[in-house]
Amino acid sequence: MGTKIKGAILVNEERCKGCGLCVVACPHDVLTLSKKVNAKGYNFATMEHPDACVGCASCGYVCPDACISVYRTKVESSN
Amino acid sequence: MENDIFKPENLVYTKTPVLNDTPMHYCPGCSHGVVHKLVAEVVDEMGIQEDTIGIAPVGCAVFAYRYFEMDFQEAAHGRAPAVATAIKRLYPEKYVFTYQGDGDLAAIGTAETIHACNRGENILIIFINNAIYGMTGGQMAPTTLEGMKTSTCPYGRDTTINGYPLNITDLLVQLKGTRYITRQSVHNAASILKAKKALKKGFQNCMEKKGTSVIEFVSTCNSGWKMSPAKANEWMVENMFKAYPLGDLKDI
Ligand SMILES: Cc1ncc(C[n+]2csc(CCOP(=O)(O)OP(=O)(O)O)c2C)c(N)n1
Ligand code: SF4
Ligand code: SF4
Ligand SMILES: [Mg+2]
Repeated sequence: MGTKIKGAILVNEERCKGCGLCVVACPHDVLTLSKKVNAKGYNFATMEHPDACVGCASCGYVCPDACISVYRTKVESSN
Repeated sequence: MENDIFKPENLVYTKTPVLNDTPMHYCPGCSHGVVHKLVAEVVDEMGIQEDTIGIAPVGCAVFAYRYFEMDFQEAAHGRAPAVATAIKRLYPEKYVFTYQGDGDLAAIGTAETIHACNRGENILIIFINNAIYGMTGGQMAPTTLEGMKTSTCPYGRDTTINGYPLNITDLLVQLKGTRYITRQSVHNAASILKAKKALKKGFQNCMEKKGTSVIEFVSTCNSGWKMSPAKANEWMVENMFKAYPLGDLKDI
């Protein structure tokens, strides 16, 4: 048993303007723009491959509207 | 459990409360938002929210005061360094900064910029150089690149008619009143972390009575440039950085 870094993000979907800068900033290709839109009509950012997130916060840093909260923890891995 | 991770002790990054919940009016992906956020984070980390006074410009950042939970004064177009001079002299214990675009700082406000720097006012000047007049519809700015198309030079800037891109930050280095001058960008995580360090230094300098600090942010205006936000960042790296290379220009 080893430990593995696990990350996850929460997007403020109503504040997000769907600029897509987080999508290109993510080194692990976790993010995409949702097919759904928010009240302003923007396709907000969302996790497409949540298991690949390592909580590096790159997406949060580049977000011009401070819409992303990043969480990170260590989990036991079985391999 | 999937949702177990969303606990306060696992939180590594979130919006600082110094930036309030008012939605910013900037176009999606605009560099102004990233720089606003960095300013708020630095003010938060330094614990100087109650002691900081910002001066908002005319330009896309004209409403900057709506988004920061701190004192702000709006200035007439280009006059932010003059207003900052008065405020800093009246309140020497305050951290006073201006926030200005290239039209504001390098066109209509050239005199105020140069003379505030020449007097060595103990202020921080934050300069958003997106090489265009974003707010008014994408007209040519003094900093517009050679050959770059804008609404007032639709065939590209022709230096025989329009003069050369004005590298005003390089000019400010020559002035004895300036003590810290650096050129930064906010196009990726690494550049953002670097820029944040520069901002912190710029704010700290306000208390040292050694002169003016100027931080130029080479920036994008994806609407004015007519590109997607991601493409605008790429275009900036390829084209803007040649004319406005990143790095420290003066630090004494
Ligand atoms: C005295 C005066 N002259 C002209 C204008 C029109 N005007 C508004 S914003 C602006 C330029 C904005 O460009 P910049 O400072 O680069 O800011 P950006 O919008 O690109 O961030 C101009 C010329 C004005 N508001 N007041
Ligand atoms: S925290 Fe890092 S890995 Fe996770 S979504 Fe954001 S950029 Fe991608
Ligand atoms: S016009 Fe340009 S500078 Fe103004 S908010 Fe839009 S992208 Fe930003
Ligand atoms: Mg501009």
